[in-house]
Amino acid sequence: MKAAETKSKKRILYDRTLRILLWTCAGLTCALLLLVIGFIFVRGLPNISWQLLSTQPSYRNDTIGILPNLINTLCLIFGTLLIVLPLGAGAAVYLTEYATNKKVVAAIEFASETLTGIPSILYGLVGMLFFCNFLGWGSSVRAGILTMVIMVLPTIMRTTQESLKAVPQSYREASLGLGSGKWHMIRTVVLPSSMDGIITGFILAIGRIVGESAALLFTAGSASVISNSLMQTLSSSGGSLSVALYMYVSERGEIEVGFAIAAILMLLTLGINLAAKVAGKKLKK
Amino acid sequence: MEESIVLSAKDLDLYYGENQALKKINMDIPERQVTALIGPSGCGKSTFLKTLDRMNDLVQGVRIEGSVLYRGQDIYSPKLDVTWLRRQIGMVFQKPNPFPMSIYDNIAYGPRTHGIRNRKQLDEIVERSLRGAAIWEEVKDRLKKPALSLSGGQQQRICIARALAVEPDVLLMDEATSALDPISTTKIEDLISELKQTYTIVIVTHNMQQATRVSDKCAFFLLGQLVEFGDTAQLFSMPKDKRTEDYITGRFG
Amino acid sequence: MDGVSKAAGQEAAPKRKGVRSAFENFMNVLFFLCGAVAVAFVLFITVYLVASGLPAIREIGIVEFLFGQEWASTAAEPKFGILPFILSSVYGTAGAIIIGVPVGFMTAVFLSKVAPPKLAGAIRTAVELLSGIPSVVYGLVGMTVLVPAIRVAFNLASGASLLAAIVVLAVMVLPYIISVSETALNAVPKEYEEASLALGATEIETYFRVSVPAASSGIAASVVLGIGRAIGEAMAVMMVAGNVANMPSLLESVRFLTTAVASEMSYSSGLQRQALFSIALVLFLFIMIINAALAFLLKRGKKD
Repeated sequence: MKAAETKSKKRILYDRTLRILLWTCAGLTCALLLLVIGFIFVRGLPNISWQLLSTQPSYRNDTIGILPNLINTLCLIFGTLLIVLPLGAGAAVYLTEYATNKKVVAAIEFASETLTGIPSILYGLVGMLFFCNFLGWGSSVRAGILTMVIMVLPTIMRTTQESLKAVPQSYREASLGLGSGKWHMIRTVVLPSSMDGIITGFILAIGRIVGESAALLFTAGSASVISNSLMQTLSSSGGSLSVALYMYVSERGEIEVGFAIAAILMLLTLGINLAAKVAGKKLKK
Repeated sequence: MEESIVLSAKDLDLYYGENQALKKINMDIPERQVTALIGPSGCGKSTFLKTLDRMNDLVQGVRIEGSVLYRGQDIYSPKLDVTWLRRQIGMVFQKPNPFPMSIYDNIAYGPRTHGIRNRKQLDEIVERSLRGAAIWEEVKDRLKKPALSLSGGQQQRICIARALAVEPDVLLMDEATSALDPISTTKIEDLISELKQTYTIVIVTHNMQQATRVSDKCAFFLLGQLVEFGDTAQLFSMPKDKRTEDYITGRFG
Repeated sequence: MDGVSKAAGQEAAPKRKGVRSAFENFMNVLFFLCGAVAVAFVLFITVYLVASGLPAIREIGIVEFLFGQEWASTAAEPKFGILPFILSSVYGTAGAIIIGVPVGFMTAVFLSKVAPPKLAGAIRTAVELLSGIPSVVYGLVGMTVLVPAIRVAFNLASGASLLAAIVVLAVMVLPYIISVSETALNAVPKEYEEASLALGATEIETYFRVSVPAASSGIAASVVLGIGRAIGEAMAVMMVAGNVANMPSLLESVRFLTTAVASEMSYSSGLQRQALFSIALVLFLFIMIINAALAFLLKRGKKD
């Protein structure tokens, strides 16, 4: 009979070392986040002032305001979502409800994955070549909007598709069994039960647009001027908050303004994440 | 004949949170015999089996009172090394669960974990274990093939071989044939009869024919209690307890 | 009267059905078009990048372009060799992966296997936040913390360097590595782990010898995804890498493929501008290869 031997020293060492490493790495990840957030807030929050938020920059008064960038960001968000939500949700509906040909589905899903992987600088380049140069729009918010539509399309498609897949097949059968047409079934049964997924996609898309810089710099431009009308805003160059951060820091050396914008961006990011979490929880239910 | 006792439960209570799943179990498991645990599902037989090699530790909210002695040592003593215990007491699960690795690596996993690195020694262990589980002839030419490519019955014997490879003292089998076809089941039952020459075996089964075919001792569990425990032949021919009789004659469960 | 209304009903039914099926067909086509848009976008981007990228390569010569060690686009005798960019991108990405993968992988194992559920939830939120931080914010922090630190630590004239880019990219790829690896680790069947524990392996031994190998496809996919993110990042790199077209060296200012496109685009013209499109094409090819590898690994992971 064997005596109650214990684990060899080597095994105990292996176990302890890895356990310590696991805790260290997880701790490091959290520490990184806290450091970045803390640093941004400490340096940025004191620089946020009403004047910064409510004016446009003026060389004459030597003041900086980010109101135009806020407006541009909002225009970009609304414009993009207005186009991409129906488009992305429609594509997802096609994939889950209509498509019968497996090859077509595979092609669309492959395309969507490919779009996810393309770096934003390439979107910026193609957007610039096509919208700004080829169509002659120049750097303009509308060029930025259309570029962002291409970029966030896969996000909307994916989240909507996921929630559509979660709709029980019996709902569809029940509706069709009552004699409703396919579109009627989708409109009254499928889409309402997948609203949470669409909303999650909507929130994630906002996050993507708010954080985007490389693609927007070359399409929407970097101007910080308030236009007189919506049409004028859409057709003239306008930098989003992220682009403005880059311009102030890299081109003008206004580090403090950069931190103020960074703090605003962080607050937005926190809010967006929170919103996505809430929507995601509802989705699970 | 003097029976030596390998595992012994003393006033064992087990709780899942608020629910008491085992009530004051007292049971002595003899060496080199097959002990079968029977009873309707949810009666606590699998739970009891898992207390014997402390696999219940993995379940959240489990609380245990009383003691289980393995060759005189309290296995729930804080000084005891669980990995040592589990090496002495092997387990075969209901669903065949070979690792997604080659057959060879599956068998060599245990010995390697316990520090055997020598290739020749490992080769020997692998062959011996596969022979021990009566599957060597079927797989000796494809030891490098993934274990998951085998049939369910073969996979289960690979799992038995994997358990044998660490040279355990006791082998626990938790409904090890319930996911298998009749032919594979017969093979594994024959194997159990052979293995008891060397090992102490405890099986959980919902199949009473199986219990009569392979076991020497039999324990009937009901609602977390050990109702009756004794020689299999006796328990099935003249049960002492009315509830045992009702169960084995198929009146419930 | 009864008969009349019945007849009318019979007559009306096919007509309504006709309208209805035409409408259904229309919706079908409409949704198909929505789906087709994604494919159209990919084709559009591919065609545009290839069409605008090829002329300069043809003019410069592919060998000269890809392997030329000097980039002097605005010189009197311009040179268009992008080897410095390619190597900077490759080294920078490799460096980010070498730092980011071990940390991310260990964090993923921690989250999936070791962490108490509440702690795991909190860290998961932190990881999501990390991935949501805009790249310009990373760039700003890198510029104001990392770059000066490197300057002081190595006693340099400027800390804007490949090293700074590597560290920033490592932090940026971390959340992708963690979340994809964790998903793969969570998908490992509990039965494998039980079997290992029942053989007397410790929990840690079980995680690293059974769970991790079982999740290897997904973990590999996380690395590939990280590579894709790192090689495609432009703004954060632009803010910390100094942007000089040197052959890469850890403590010197470098220019990546992405930043090469970004930094000259606004004022370029002629062949120089076309060469920038060619750089974009090279970057695009890199990304397509990475995407293919990613799709392959994810598919294999699902099969396992």
